[in-house]
Amino acid sequence: MQEIFIILKEYLIIKNFFIVLKGLDNTLLLLVISLPIGFFLSLIFALGRVSKFTFISKSIAAYIFVIRGTPLLVQIYLIYFGLGQIKLFQETFLWYIFESSLWCGVIALTLNTVAYGAEIFRGGIQSINKGEVESGLALGFSKFMMLRKIIFPIAIRKVLPAYGNELILMVKATSLVSLTTYMEMTGIAKNIMAKTFAPVEAFIAAGILYLFLNFLMVQFVKYLEWKYNPHLRLSN
Amino acid sequence: MFKFDKLIWGDLGWGDEFFFATLMTLAVSILSMGLGLFLAIITVWAKIFQSKITRLIANFYTTVIRGIPELLVIYLIFFGSNQVVMSIAKIFGYNKYIEVHPFTVGTIAIAFISATYSSEVLRAAYLSINKGQIEAAKALGLNRVGVFLKVLSPQIIRHALPGIGNVWQITLKDTSLISVTGLVEIMRMSRIASNVEHSPFTFYLTAALLYLFLTTFSGKFFKILELNYSKGYN
Repeated sequence: MQEIFIILKEYLIIKNFFIVLKGLDNTLLLLVISLPIGFFLSLIFALGRVSKFTFISKSIAAYIFVIRGTPLLVQIYLIYFGLGQIKLFQETFLWYIFESSLWCGVIALTLNTVAYGAEIFRGGIQSINKGEVESGLALGFSKFMMLRKIIFPIAIRKVLPAYGNELILMVKATSLVSLTTYMEMTGIAKNIMAKTFAPVEAFIAAGILYLFLNFLMVQFVKYLEWKYNPHLRLSN
Repeated sequence: MFKFDKLIWGDLGWGDEFFFATLMTLAVSILSMGLGLFLAIITVWAKIFQSKITRLIANFYTTVIRGIPELLVIYLIFFGSNQVVMSIAKIFGYNKYIEVHPFTVGTIAIAFISATYSSEVLRAAYLSINKGQIEAAKALGLNRVGVFLKVLSPQIIRHALPGIGNVWQITLKDTSLISVTGLVEIMRMSRIASNVEHSPFTFYLTAALLYLFLTTFSGKFFKILELNYSKGYN
C-alpha cells in the first residue's frame, strides 16, 4: 500500500510538470519583451550616467538609487495597483497598459533591469583604457563610430559575467509577476497546490523548469563570452 | 493622490501600524541574515575543507537555491514545512493539524536564500588570503584556533564586508516576499492598508519609501564598518 502511494506521488510530479509547462510561454513572454528593451535602455542610461551634463547624470543616479533601494515586489504592486488608481491612467489610452498584469509586469521588470544593467555597464565603460579612446580620436572616428566600434564592444566584453548574473536574476524575478494574477509558471504551480494540496510536488515541478531555464541562460552567456572574446580562444 | 492624513499616528491613521511593520521587517532580516551567515560558514567549510561528498552536497544546495526564484523557495518551505512537521509529529503519535508560524518559516526561508549569496562572498574572501600567511603563523607556533582567530578571521571580515553589505541589501529586499505567508511586515501592512482604505498608491509608495530608508541607512552603517575594518590599509 505504501509503495503504491509513493508511485502515485511520483506520477503527480510528472503530471504537474506538464501543467506547469503550459505557463512557460507566459514566463518567456515577459523575458522576451523586457530583456532586449532593458539591454538597450541600460546602455543608453549608462552613457547618461557618465555624461558631462550633471543634470542628466544626477537624475539617472537618483533613478538607479531608488530602484535598487526598493524591492521589485513593491515596484510591481506600485505600478499594477498604485498607478491604476490614478485618474489620468484610467481615462486615457494608458488604461490598456495599466489594466493588464502582463504590461505592468513588463514595465516593472524593465525598469528594474535597466537600473541594475546601467550600473553594470557604467563599470564597463569607465574601465576602458583612455588610450583606446584616444587612438579612435586619432583615426578620426565620429562619436557614434567610437561608441559602436570601440566603447561598446570592449565594455560588453568586460561586463558579460556580471550582466549574465543579472539575466539570471531577471529569469527569477519573473516569478513575482504571478502575484498580480499573471499566470506564469509560479502562478500555475500555486494553483496546482490549491487544487491538489500537494505543495512539494507542485513547486518542485516548477523549480525544475526554472533551473532548466537558468541553465539555458548560463549556456547563452557562455556562448556570448566565447563570441566576444576571440582573442582568448584556443587557435583551432 | 498621496494622502498624508492616512499616515498619522494613532487610531485614525496607519502610522503606528507601519512603524511596527518596519520593526518586523528589520527583525526578520537581521535574524535571517545571522542565520544565513551561520549556514554560509557551514557551506564554505563543506566546500573547502571537507570530502568530495560534502562538497557535492554544498554545491547542489547553492546551485539549486540560486537557480530557482526566491518566491518559489518561500512557497516550498512555507507550504512544505507543515507537511514535514506533521509527518514528524505523526511518528510521535500526534495526529492533529499543526501550523508552523509564518515568522519562523519566513526567517528560515530567507536565511536559506541569503546563505547561498553569503557563502560565495565568504569563500572568495577566504581564497583571497595568501597561503603563506597561514604557514607563517604555524611557523610562529600558533595552533589552529589561533591561526583562525588572529590571522584568518580579521582578513576574511575585511575582504568580505563589502560583499556582505550587498547580501544584506538583497536579504532586506527579499523579506518583502514573505508577505505571501501572511506575516505582517511592511509589504503585507501596505497591502492590508490599501485594501481597507482603497488607496493603493499612497500605501505602496509609503512601503517603497520605508524600504529606501532602510537600505540607505544600513548601507551607511556598512560603510562605517568597512572603514573600521580596513584601518590597517589607510
